[in-house]
Amino acid sequence: MVSPILELTNINKSFGHVHANKNINLTINKGTIHGIIGENGAGKSTLMSIVFGLYQANSGTIKVNGKEINLRSPKDSIINGIGMVHQHFMLVENFTVLENIILGFEGELVFGKNLEKAKKDLKDLCDTYKLNIDLNSTISDLSVGFRQRVEILKSLYRGAEILILDEPTGVLTPQEVDELFKILRSLKEEGKTIVLITHKLIEIMDLTSEVSVMRQGEMVGHTKTENTNKEQLAEMMVGRSVLLRLDKSEVKAGEVLFSVKNLTVKDDLDVTRVKNVDLEIRSGEILGLAGVTGNGQTELLEALSGIRKVESGEIYLEGKKVSDSQKFLDPRELKDKGLAHVPEDRQRMGLVTDFKAYENLIFGYHDQQPFSKSSVLNHRDIISHSKKIMEEYDVRPQSPNLITSNFSGGNQQKIILSRELNENPKVLLVGQPTRGVDIGAIEFIHQRLIDMRDRGAAILLVSVELDEVLSLSDRIVVMFDGMIVGEKENKNVTDRELGLLMAGVV
Amino acid sequence: MAPVDKSKVPWWVSNLIVPLVNLTLALLVSGLFIFIAGENPFEAVRLIIYGSFGYIEGFAYTLYYTTNFVFTGLAFAVAFHCRLFNIGGEGQAYIGGLGVFLVAINFSFLPVPIVWLLSIAGAVVFGAAWAFIPAYLQATRGSHVVITTIMFNFIAASLMVFLLVDVIRDTAQMGPHTVALPKEQWFPSFKDFAALFGIKIRYSPLNISFLLAIAASVFVWFLVWKTRWGYEMRAVGHNTQAAIYAGISPYKNIIIAMCISGGLAGLLGVNEILGVHHKIVAGFPAGYGFTGIAVALMGRNHPIGIFPAAFLFGILYQGGSEVTFDMPNITRYMFVAVQGVIILFSGALENLFRPQIESFFVNRLNIKASA
Repeated sequence: MVSPILELTNINKSFGHVHANKNINLTINKGTIHGIIGENGAGKSTLMSIVFGLYQANSGTIKVNGKEINLRSPKDSIINGIGMVHQHFMLVENFTVLENIILGFEGELVFGKNLEKAKKDLKDLCDTYKLNIDLNSTISDLSVGFRQRVEILKSLYRGAEILILDEPTGVLTPQEVDELFKILRSLKEEGKTIVLITHKLIEIMDLTSEVSVMRQGEMVGHTKTENTNKEQLAEMMVGRSVLLRLDKSEVKAGEVLFSVKNLTVKDDLDVTRVKNVDLEIRSGEILGLAGVTGNGQTELLEALSGIRKVESGEIYLEGKKVSDSQKFLDPRELKDKGLAHVPEDRQRMGLVTDFKAYENLIFGYHDQQPFSKSSVLNHRDIISHSKKIMEEYDVRPQSPNLITSNFSGGNQQKIILSRELNENPKVLLVGQPTRGVDIGAIEFIHQRLIDMRDRGAAILLVSVELDEVLSLSDRIVVMFDGMIVGEKENKNVTDRELGLLMAGVV
Repeated sequence: MAPVDKSKVPWWVSNLIVPLVNLTLALLVSGLFIFIAGENPFEAVRLIIYGSFGYIEGFAYTLYYTTNFVFTGLAFAVAFHCRLFNIGGEGQAYIGGLGVFLVAINFSFLPVPIVWLLSIAGAVVFGAAWAFIPAYLQATRGSHVVITTIMFNFIAASLMVFLLVDVIRDTAQMGPHTVALPKEQWFPSFKDFAALFGIKIRYSPLNISFLLAIAASVFVWFLVWKTRWGYEMRAVGHNTQAAIYAGISPYKNIIIAMCISGGLAGLLGVNEILGVHHKIVAGFPAGYGFTGIAVALMGRNHPIGIFPAAFLFGILYQGGSEVTFDMPNITRYMFVAVQGVIILFSGALENLFRPQIESFFVNRLNIKASA
């Protein structure tokens, strides 16, 4: 017997003139994994923030177990058995797991037998759901996957019956994703209800029993997962059919534009992260660099783009040596020589999020004509240039004066991409181009990268999304523990083979 | 309380209403102080307004104080755009004054306008040099400028006392000050201008440095928002990682921002030496460097905000001395406390009521928009 645990009726929420949620109706049944899918900016996170009490709806009702409730703050939600695991974890890094979980309850718990009881309850929870967490380890020592489990444990400990997960796999490695899914399934078996917010179709198909699709603030469909397929869901999400596999022409690789010989790089803690790497990228080809996060890709990209010092080895651009351990060109000098870089972490590195969009659209090129004439910024030219490329790259909203942090992730990525591609670079280094970006934008970004390749650029694509590497690259190398452990032509490789290489098995 | 979407807050709410509310609260608390001290707060307000606007010399004093606060406020703001807390305005101003004096006295054979320009340059160079050392230590060693600039204030004060006692003292007298500059080098004062129009007024320290303060404000606005250097400084300030990615050197920008900041603080020396004392007297920066921090915070680090904030502090300085004159229970220190309260409310407690005020207006505007 299925009974609804959470019912939303006619929920409306506006921010100024943006109608983020329009007349949303949603029924979630007890003991199910319910997926909510939609592009970035479709209103999924807003809706769930309303359910979790972070925002108040302008109108509409929320019922939990058939009883209408009034959610004014996350505290009300927790009392009603609703827990949420945010995309960015809310943990105190230098506290232990236990300290984090009892944070807010510590008045009664820190000393005495209450604490012992809390420990025992937590151990039981860990065992029941196979969370495998050591309560005494410090958060900063834990991997991202484990931190997420701590968040889940925290919600469960506070009595969550409904667990909302906002884009839970965005930061996880494939192995961690598998582990998470196992945990979620065992939660479901124990009768918990899970709401999974995602834009990854594979996760919906894998995990959920029911799925709701949102588009531009509206709920556009509900269905049982078994009655649908990826293509259909994708079409509902973007409102048109999408190419999931890219059509791209046969590779016409030319001369070697960018090469790396015996490169070794250390990180800030003086740990060697890139070990004797050799790479060659030709004009007109995309070289995909696959690998699980944290195997040296970040440091490699930083060294190649002039941000990080080279420990030993050499880097050549168009046959000329640009960097070795003695001297290296800085990012600006490399830019002048035709190397562009789309960094892995757009908010930490690619953008100044407090800047206006137009300021970010010239970031790194701000000292060039016509943006800057004898060091004075040429406002009119910058704005007209910004408007032009925002239109060309379909950045929404098309307002150069808007502060960058107000754009969605996908549109922020388009700002970076338009800036870097607009200069027609000879060599393009791209890190995680579509991380946290919705399907519509992914397709657009992929198409642009292919266009660049067809115009003869040499592209290095670093991505943890295996699908992305497979669909874009002409050649694939796999990085594991700082070393290149395999190189394959894209024609004759399977994800299984790559997966084994990424895991360091072969 | 739900967080307010920052992008929906109209600029006039965060830049006008919030500072005004904070200021009003500060004045209410100050009024309470005055009441407790046994005087009538309303009478005190009347005296402040009379003292700072009521007669021409009083108003001139207000503008003279404003001049100093503009220099030190701008100084703090420029460094702050690169996320550097330059607490060293006081010391930089002191050393800047040394620069003014040394240039003026050593180049007195040149035509006066040229001496003025050189002296202004001297103020900037000396102030900047005093800021350079903490900046260099911050850029290369990560020594925090808050700590080093405070130490440099003490070093500057000690150095100047040493110079004023043992090296550049006017040997014809006993006090710790130098000889006076030749009279023709003195900046024309407001009194001189008034005399041109046949208006006779008593002494006031207001002089043409006020115009320099206006020019400095325009310069800072242009520098920070219209030039490549300002752009790079702000990029380093907001996101150092991103700046490095874009090929912008944090090292270079920390030094540039601090030196410009120190140079602006040094201009206070122009007002004090060329305009008022006409010689170096011990302790002439008199706390303007510190008050400048509050001025900049209150003015939201923008010249358009700093100017009125400086004017407000000018009113308090001038009006405050009027109050201490007429009210026996109010001492000079009471007005230091009033300043403290204003700094507290517009600086430390700046965000105390911001969320409430912002969400109030955002909700009101939403209702209007949807109605």
